[in-house]
Amino acid sequence: MRNVHEPEASTPLRLVAPDGTRAGDVDVGLPEADLHALFRWMVIARRLDIECVALAHEGELITYPGFEGQEAAQVGAAYALDTDDIVFPTFRELAMALVRGVDPVAYLRYHRGTWHGAPYDPIVSGFAPICVPTGTQLPHAVGWALGAKLDGVDAVALGCIGDGATSEGDFHEAANLAGVWNAPLVIFCQNNRWAITTPLEEQTAGEIWARAEGYGFPGVRVDGNDVLAVHHVTTAAIRRARSGGGPTLIEAMTYRIGPHSTNDDAGRYRDPREVERARELDPIARYRTFLLNERIADEGFVIACEREAELVAGQVREAIVATPAPSTDELFASVYGDPPATFEAHRSQVLGETGDA
Amino acid sequence: MPEVTMAGALNAALRDSLADDPKVLVYGEDVGRAGGIFGVTAGLQTEFGSERVFDVPISEAGFVGAAIGLAMRGYRPVVELQFDGFAYPALEQVLSHVAKYRNRTRGVCDMPIVLRMPAFGGLGGKEHHGESPETIYASTPGLKVVVPSSALDAYRLLRLAIDDPDPVVVLEPKARYRSSESGELTVAGAGIGRARELRAGADVAIATYGAMTQRALEAADRLAERGIQAHVLDLRSLAPLDVDAIAHAVTTTGRLVVVHEAPRSMGVGAEVAALAMEHAWNDLKAPVERVTGHDTPYPPGTLEARWLPSVDRICAAVGRTLA
Repeated sequence: MRNVHEPEASTPLRLVAPDGTRAGDVDVGLPEADLHALFRWMVIARRLDIECVALAHEGELITYPGFEGQEAAQVGAAYALDTDDIVFPTFRELAMALVRGVDPVAYLRYHRGTWHGAPYDPIVSGFAPICVPTGTQLPHAVGWALGAKLDGVDAVALGCIGDGATSEGDFHEAANLAGVWNAPLVIFCQNNRWAITTPLEEQTAGEIWARAEGYGFPGVRVDGNDVLAVHHVTTAAIRRARSGGGPTLIEAMTYRIGPHSTNDDAGRYRDPREVERARELDPIARYRTFLLNERIADEGFVIACEREAELVAGQVREAIVATPAPSTDELFASVYGDPPATFEAHRSQVLGETGDA
Repeated sequence: MPEVTMAGALNAALRDSLADDPKVLVYGEDVGRAGGIFGVTAGLQTEFGSERVFDVPISEAGFVGAAIGLAMRGYRPVVELQFDGFAYPALEQVLSHVAKYRNRTRGVCDMPIVLRMPAFGGLGGKEHHGESPETIYASTPGLKVVVPSSALDAYRLLRLAIDDPDPVVVLEPKARYRSSESGELTVAGAGIGRARELRAGADVAIATYGAMTQRALEAADRLAERGIQAHVLDLRSLAPLDVDAIAHAVTTTGRLVVVHEAPRSMGVGAEVAALAMEHAWNDLKAPVERVTGHDTPYPPGTLEARWLPSVDRICAAVGRTLA
């Protein structure tokens, strides 16, 4: 990890340049299958993201927060985790969910309004509930990490935030606790430069990665559109956490190409030229060129990934539009582990009135 | 029978729970080394070690939120908030996550979290040290809320809260910490969701909780001198409320006075009055009376006696129901 006081430290670590050429030591020890998997997940994630935006515009999802441009950050980080680890996501982490093995149809039930939080099993999948209140998932990640430490296992929590969440008290409290507890936690910040309509410059006057020093652990800034660099940096942070070294704050520099969500029109507040410049840093095109240049993969592999992505998008669409609303009984089914008698009486009354008993 | 204070009984409940279940953790500000501002956690860190009983930074949202992650890994965190008025920074975690997490995970993640805090007034304390926040918690689906009024019941309720699969807010009446009671510490008896009849009487029912149970009993003594027999009900569980006990009290007396420290508007008294109407309308002989704190911020110490429900005010309210 680099030190805050090194002058070059605020330059994001980069292994692959935007044009796909080498920008650093790309021999990070990843087997070819993993190098392929990073690309495959990014392609599937982007195609699914496009499908979700369409589904939202068609009214099949209530609203959907897209992640176009952030595929490398999400896939690179999530792919560095092991089965027993866990992600505490924000609401914009579908690509991470895919990598963790969460069924995308189950995940999208959240955005279809079928259920809150985790319409999938958060424990089995190692992917905590989708979290909308900004930054509030980070204290949960710290607690989970403390639990892993108390259990004497080497599992690690990856707590996701965006640049906006670093202004929240929960970010500060969680980071401070993680430092004090030396918790096996990686705080993974996708700095996509926009918090709904608020640009980074109005969010903070400081540098996000550099705040780690104040909490007593390292911070690192990485090119969030360089999947290899993100994976490399996250792997190092996870290894550090696993071996008892404590937390790391990673700031992945990326860009939210789309609006905040399908209910937002970014054209009202954002210069389109800024978006065009960001598109030139596209993470998937960059990595594809790299793989082809380095002869790690061929066109056939690229086409196979795109075909698979097309298939996944179609299957997910078919399944999600067929997902019905839950029964009224579901309202009451999981509020309490030991439901009070008064609550059961209330349930019976409501179900009697609605004829769903 | 040995005599025990409420603080001592709570301490024993924590000790017994820590001993019975290795997944129980006790943490909060100044609970480890110091043993808590009121001594409720005294000696526990020495006995169980600093991995299970520990101090935390002044960071209520952070450490209450952390309880969720610990619960996801099978722990049963018993978290102390140092004072009622210092628990507010954690409210987003409590309302948005602690209360909802089980529902948000469709029952996959139980939240056996206990949030303990010294609550209510009566000690003439400084501002932010005498809050009655029960309505906030008790009106939030997913939470259970209990308020012990005596030492032995404090032991029972805290142990039951720790064993409960759901999050339980334990509001400990700080004015009663030093009160003592003789008897065996046991979980046997009334569970969460059950009220306790402290005194039988056929003329009027007084429903209350926390430190106000003492004033209700004093009022009942005074009323008895005038030939009025008051039934005194310690609600002790505000979420859920004991609807049957409230209905029974009204059915057998026909008159109900609800007493609590919290401000009158939107208070527990309003809910209890509504339940009385729903479940015992035909037996009510008079409008339900509420004797409560006033609809103002908690007063400075020198005005406390004019703010808290007094025996006089309780007796006057009873008189109105009999008029």
